[in-house]
Amino acid sequence: MEKRITLPLTPALAKTLHAGDRVLLTGTIYTSRDAGHKRMCETLAKGEKLPFDPQNATIYYVGPTPAKPGQVIGSAGPTTSGRMDAYAPTMMAAGARGMIGKGARLPAVVEAMKEHSGVYFGAIGGAGALLAKCIKKAEMIAYEDLGAEALRKLYVEDMPLIVIIDTEGNNLYETGRADYLKSTAK
Amino acid sequence: MREISVNELSLVIERLCIEANTYLPEDVKCAIHTCRACEDSTIAQGVLDNIIENYEIADRENVPICQDTGMACVFLEIGQDVHLVDGDLAAAVDEGVRRGYEKGYLRKSVVGDPVRRGNTGDNTPAMLYTEIVPGDKIHVTIAPKGFGSENMSAIRMFKPSAGIEGIKDFILETVEAAGPNPCPPMVIGVGIGGTFDKAALLAKKALLRPLNTSHPDPYYADLEKEMLEKVNKLGIGPQGFGGKTTALGLNIETLPTHIAGMPCAININCHVTRHKSAEI
Repeated sequence: MEKRITLPLTPALAKTLHAGDRVLLTGTIYTSRDAGHKRMCETLAKGEKLPFDPQNATIYYVGPTPAKPGQVIGSAGPTTSGRMDAYAPTMMAAGARGMIGKGARLPAVVEAMKEHSGVYFGAIGGAGALLAKCIKKAEMIAYEDLGAEALRKLYVEDMPLIVIIDTEGNNLYETGRADYLKSTAK
Repeated sequence: MREISVNELSLVIERLCIEANTYLPEDVKCAIHTCRACEDSTIAQGVLDNIIENYEIADRENVPICQDTGMACVFLEIGQDVHLVDGDLAAAVDEGVRRGYEKGYLRKSVVGDPVRRGNTGDNTPAMLYTEIVPGDKIHVTIAPKGFGSENMSAIRMFKPSAGIEGIKDFILETVEAAGPNPCPPMVIGVGIGGTFDKAALLAKKALLRPLNTSHPDPYYADLEKEMLEKVNKLGIGPQGFGGKTTALGLNIETLPTHIAGMPCAININCHVTRHKSAEI
């Protein structure tokens, strides 16, 4: 069964989500990847404001293809989240709570998630054409010079995701594989 | 001697960049379907269903299968009786990539300097490999390569005493370390032999070979089969959520090597293993 959730991702909402839950997510999210995160963390280090309000925000690790005429956005699947591990605890300390990506996270990120009630959602890597269908609005808000890595504000409807790591640190990459291996050992 | 204009080559490369990024090869589609039929868990089935739906949308709407439209790896087999005219070959290849990525609304994912970064804005330069072969034609292959999977690749210079067991362990170790990062189900290219650089190139070329083919030497054909089975027993599964399908295929390419060495390179690719060829 899929759970329908609507952003913002408040601590109360975050705590209702558990590793392995399939969710359909609706609301406003922000896109950022390598170069954008580096710049945002430099901004925070200087004590300056981010281009968006990070409180309860959800960040999608994505660099979409350019939109064709008539499209809201081009193909837009997740990039490997591990490259944002160096920045994710800083972003969570600033108030951001949700992360959408794919791939493993470092223990330091999981610890920060437990401290700040963070949730790590997985989108299907390599399914950029499918995921673009859920993106109803896209607007460039900062760092336009970074091209595909610019900061965008997206409005998504029923985006199909799966909770990989929850606020308690439970991890689907560990439990999903262990469950499978247990089922074959019978 | 046959004259071929490099402008013609640019045109072909432009078209292949767009087609390779839009239409998944039939052998890869077929492997995904076969694996879908074998999965038992709901999560693994759901992931593979979404992957199938995704490439069907790309096919139908002519949009990129994945947003990482990759670095353009270009392989040219140039007949030795071909005389290239009208300009510089490498520049013509880059021109084809530039136009393909612009006209095809493909993502520009190349930085001009590996350390200081800075997007080149047009996805050039291409990663160009040329080979001189008999004949008067040019065989062109474009293989856009995403870096979620490229980053999980590995190379090791084995002592010959490590033997086949050393290589088997290395393959499993590399796939284990890759885990969910390269968008499994993955495709695994293994290059054994040659020199340090040739082993890496063999591994990349192994990814171009259709998944329904085997190494011509039965020894390596059996090794491909055995290692694919072992990889799929790791349980990583589609997207790393657990399941039978960790890899869609595993291809091995080999070359003679030095008495003192046994290089082995493993190039990991995702389920969007793209390549498209044409002949001029």
